[in-house]
Amino acid sequence: MTKVWRFLLPLGIFAVLVYFLFKGLSLNPREVPSPLVDKPVPNFSLPKLHAPDQKLSATDLKGQVWLLNVWGSWCVSCRIEHPLLNEIAKNNIVPIYGLNWKDKREDAIGWLNKYGDPYVASVADIDGRVAIDFGVYGAPETFVIDKQGIIRMKHIGPISAESLQKDILPLIEKLKKS
Amino acid sequence: MIAVLRIFALCAAMLAGIAFAQAPSQPLQPISPELEQRLKILETELRCLVCQNQTLADSPAGLADDLRREIRGLALAGKNNAEIKEFLQTRYGDFILYRPPVKSSTWLLWVGPFALLVVGGVVFLLIVRRRSQTPMQPEAPNSTTSARALLDQD
Repeated sequence: MTKVWRFLLPLGIFAVLVYFLFKGLSLNPREVPSPLVDKPVPNFSLPKLHAPDQKLSATDLKGQVWLLNVWGSWCVSCRIEHPLLNEIAKNNIVPIYGLNWKDKREDAIGWLNKYGDPYVASVADIDGRVAIDFGVYGAPETFVIDKQGIIRMKHIGPISAESLQKDILPLIEKLKKS
Repeated sequence: MIAVLRIFALCAAMLAGIAFAQAPSQPLQPISPELEQRLKILETELRCLVCQNQTLADSPAGLADDLRREIRGLALAGKNNAEIKEFLQTRYGDFILYRPPVKSSTWLLWVGPFALLVVGGVVFLLIVRRRSQTPMQPEAPNSTTSARALLDQD
């Protein structure tokens, strides 16, 4: 009996090790879970991109489910998800607000003219101060915010059609009903 | 090696993108050398989330610049290191700390090596004890002579 254990025990430990190492391979180290999920959206008050004399704050957006998309004209991968955002806006699925991160105003407006503007409004975070409150570390990032102003999800990196269908849209539908 | 180079190239490309878009940064407020020293040490304990294997002190990323400026502002406002760390932790999570906090999801990380050491020690002691209990085999009286005989055969 002990003889069997002498072989089974190391084999078992080895199997557990292989499992964890293998699992580690499939994790994406760039996707850092955000501590902001299920927390109130950080308050901000920033000038609108298209009307810098007007300010938009998080409290203005309470009472609806909305998306906050962090983007910049310098951000190459933002172009990947942009057609999907345009599609969401066209079908009036959910209002999208843009956080224009560390960008120049004329570059940002030029970019929207070129690739389409899915945003109800974009706000300009020129020095990146508000992005720090949102724990942003790479554009694009997308936050799903519920009617009470609670962040329900953070998507890091470009939204794919798959993640939109599987995760984001069902969550939005659920939040709209609640 | 290729993977390392690729990650490096990716980081460089990202930095280039960020640097390109960066608004001219405001000049940093002057601070005392003691505070400068304190912040330098603090920044080596914080991770830059853009190039994940660099500390905030070392990283040339635009975000690291912003965070260093933020930390400086907090320190000038009289916040201590623990408060500054907490500020960053509530925004970026534990990952920003190079030294993970002790909590239910990390206790294995902290206790694991010591637990393994204890298990190893116990196994070692058991083996040593068993060995010392098994009586030494007395040398067969004729073993030397038979060996000699074998050697002398040719």
